[in-house]
This record gives sequence, structure tokens and C-alpha cells, in this order.
Amino acid sequence: MKDSLVLRSRIQAHPDSRCWFLAWNPTGTLLASCGGDRKIRIWGTEGDSWVCKSVLSEGHQRTVRKVAWSPCGNYLASASFDAVTCIWKKNQDDFECVTTLEGHENEVKSVAWAPSGNLLATCSRDKSVWVWEVDEEDEYECVSVLSSHTQDVKHVVWHPSQELLASASYDDTVKLYREEGDDWVCCATLEGHESTVWSLAFDPSGQRLASCSDDRTVRIWRQYLPGNEQGVACSGSDPSWKCICTLSGFHTRTIYDIAWCQLTGALATACGDDAIRVFEEDPGSDPQQPTFSLTAHMRQAHSQDVNCVAWNPKEPGLLASCSDDGEVAFWEYHQPAGL
Amino acid sequence: MVGGGGGSGGSGRGGLLENANPLIYERSGERPVTAGEEDEQVPDSIDAREIFDIRRCWALAGRWGLGSLFLHLAHLIRSINDPEHPLTLEELNVVEQVRIQVSDPESTVAVAFTPTIPHCSMATLIGLSIKVKLLRSLPQRFKMDVHITPGTHASEHAVNKQLADKERVAAALENTHLLEVVNQCLSARS
Repeated sequence: MKDSLVLRSRIQAHPDSRCWFLAWNPTGTLLASCGGDRKIRIWGTEGDSWVCKSVLSEGHQRTVRKVAWSPCGNYLASASFDAVTCIWKKNQDDFECVTTLEGHENEVKSVAWAPSGNLLATCSRDKSVWVWEVDEEDEYECVSVLSSHTQDVKHVVWHPSQELLASASYDDTVKLYREEGDDWVCCATLEGHESTVWSLAFDPSGQRLASCSDDRTVRIWRQYLPGNEQGVACSGSDPSWKCICTLSGFHTRTIYDIAWCQLTGALATACGDDAIRVFEEDPGSDPQQPTFSLTAHMRQAHSQDVNCVAWNPKEPGLLASCSDDGEVAFWEYHQPAGL
Repeated sequence: MVGGGGGSGGSGRGGLLENANPLIYERSGERPVTAGEEDEQVPDSIDAREIFDIRRCWALAGRWGLGSLFLHLAHLIRSINDPEHPLTLEELNVVEQVRIQVSDPESTVAVAFTPTIPHCSMATLIGLSIKVKLLRSLPQRFKMDVHITPGTHASEHAVNKQLADKERVAAALENTHLLEVVNQCLSARS
């Protein structure tokens, strides 16, 4: 495990503030960061160093909690504690706020674009998940308000290829939603975590979902379709989700984020014990009961809590992380030999 | 910020502390300072301690150069004002006891407070005030846990969960009205 995760560089992205979240653009050339200073910064490389290309500072009145790039890379959405989601349009190095999505009653905790680019999801402390449709004229319309969770919703993420939405909540559950007729419905509730679920990540195939929690565990869930070979019961035509693996005993504090590399399958976690960990599925492990091994453990990756980890979508092994100390760090992950 | 003047007692090395307005600490007895602690040559480890005694704090503070840290921890917890009354929480019997556990090498602080009124709706606000004071007083490397003493409150799980959620705490503190109330709780008595 020695040297499997190597620091490439560190930048003070949000001075005197915490950096809450990071998002790579689809081509992996830009990294957006957001934080408690209410700003969004866009970072790009110039030679060997990372430089700030743009600062988006007039968009929000309060902390910006998450940012997300559209699949085409021309838009950036930002979710804020001011209860508003901003949509920014990119024009070279400039970003212009073209729309604000309002409606949530209080802090917006997450925003995510569907792979099609036509749908956006947001979630809030008001316990709801909103689905928005966007048309060719950049008009946004809320098409569904989903109030299935009983508490603060922390994160939303879309399935990589299907129009399936997942949400994580302070109510200790994960919920899945799909479109049914004209509306969206909750089609599954994943129970098992013993405290707040902070984040979610689908694997490259979309068959598995990883969740991380304040209970200091990571759970891997697998989708079973009706009529599956394993005999997992499904109700009606909806797939069932079963917890097939729990990673416990590795993290000593709340796990705030999890990221599943779409290129290599490696799983990275951001933890409140200031560490970054990487896990890989053991070769030859049973798909119905997989085992994962810890392949990297960077203690003191940051001087305070790690809030986010993000794999670069184009460069295998390039991982970005950010922290309560306001810094963003870039790492190179090398899969240990023998895997 | 020390509420209501300096500490009381203090017959340790530094002599009596001048104090026109001694804090009222009737409820918690004072632990005797041991010979080992008084001897400057014997190293004193900072490990988990149940209750901070003012004289002990003062003795340790000078030795470790963490004066303001430990002195404040004891003073501040006991001197947090009830938002509706000018007296301290302890004087009002709203908080019966405060247990502080500190591990300097592990950079952790755990504070357990006991609201005496089981259905006290102020429990979250008291806990938040303690949390804010710790956040403002301690070095950033410290991990802070503030919770209700187990078994002493009807909604302790719900209150503890909120206090442990840093996103909820951060969002709450961006609410100017709530921040004002918290600051009032933490301000020195006039």
C-alpha cells in the first residue's frame, strides 16, 4: 500500500473558509470548487501547476455546497444554502448565471445532471427531491417534487445510463426514483445504515451503488431485476436492491463522500478523520458477495476533514480532494501490483 | 472569553487570583491538586479528564503554554448564559454538570452536558453555543463532540445528531438571527 497514493500538488482554493465540493468537467480539463466563502472557482492547468481560471462570486448569498457540470460541459449548476440553485453558462473563461432555480424552502444540499442532459435533480433540508426538465431554449421546469424522505436530503446522483435517480438522507436511508407515466415515483428504499447517509456513487456499469455514512461504513448495493437468477424477490416490475457488501472498521469518523472511478473501478472515500482511502474489489470475488480491499490509506491527506473526493473522468488514477481547511489536493493513485 | 471575572480559589503555585466577582461553583466540588501536579519537574500528560477544575487548569496552562485553551474550556462552559436570563446556566440549574474530555495528542474534545429539565427545548441551543465556543477557541486540528449526557434528556438522540452534523451546524450559523442569540449566550455577563 506504500506509495499507492502520491500527492501531486496542493492549492489554497478557498482562503479562510472550507471547501465543500469539487467537480471535474466531462473532458477532465477543468475542476470546479465551491465553499463557505460563497464562491465557485474554476481551476485549470498551466504547465505543471493549477491556476484559477475564473471566480464566480456574485451568484449566491450563502455557502455554495455543491457544483455539477452538465454532460455537454457548457453549463455548471451550483447548489447553495441560500435555497437557490444557479445555472451558469460557460463562454470561454467566463461564466454567466443564466437561470436561478427557486422553490426549495431552505438549504439546497445537492444538484446533479442526468446523463441525457435534459434533466436536473436537486435536494434540500426541506426533505424533498426536485426533478427539473430543461429544454433547448434553456428553460427549466420543475416536473416533480418528491417528498419520500422524512429528513434532510444530503445528496442526489443519477444512474450512469438509465433515468434512475438516487438520494441519500439524514433519515439514514437511500431512495431510488424513476419516471412512471407523467410523474416520478420512489421505487426503492435502501435501509441498513445506522446514521445519516452523506453520499452515493454508482459503479461504471450502473449495477451497483455505493453509499457512505456517518455510521463510518460504506455499503455496496446491487440491483436485482425481476426474474433474476439469484432468486432475489422483487415487487412487481421494480428491481430490488440488496446490500451485498459492508466495509466497516476502516474509517474512524464520518465518511462525507465516496467516488467510484468510471475508468478503473477504484472506490475512494473522504473522511472526517482527515484521511483519503481507496478500495478495490478483489479479483475473482463473487459478484453477489464481493470483497473489497483497502489499497491506499493517506492519513493526514488534509489538516482537517476531507469533504470530497473526485476521480478525473479521463486521466486514470488522478484524484482531487478538498477539505475544511480550504485546500484542494491532487493525487496520483497507482493500483498496487498483483491486483 | 471569560464570563464574570476570573477563577475562584486557586491556592496553587500562582497564589490567589485577584477576583472581585468570583464565579459561583457551588455544585461541583473542587479536586485537590496533587503533589505531582504541583511539582514542575514531573511531566504531566494531557489525557482524558472528567471535570476541569479551575486551579488545575491554571496549573497546567502555564506549563504547557496552552493557557488560554484549558482555562477557557472550564470557564466558558460554565459561564454560558441562558438566553433568557442574565445568570449562568449552572446557577440556573439548567445545566447540572459538564464533563469535558480532552486528548491533546489525538486532538479530540468531547463535552457532555446535562440539561436538568428533561424536555428543555433549549438543549439544542445550549449545545450549539458550547460547540460554537469550542470552534472559536480551539486550534483547528481539534475534533469536537458535544452531546447530552446519556440518559438525561427525552430527545437526546435527536439533539446529539443535529449537533454532530457539521453541515447543519454551518447552515444554522449562517442564520443571522440564530447567530445573534448564540453570541448573546456566549457574551460575558455585565
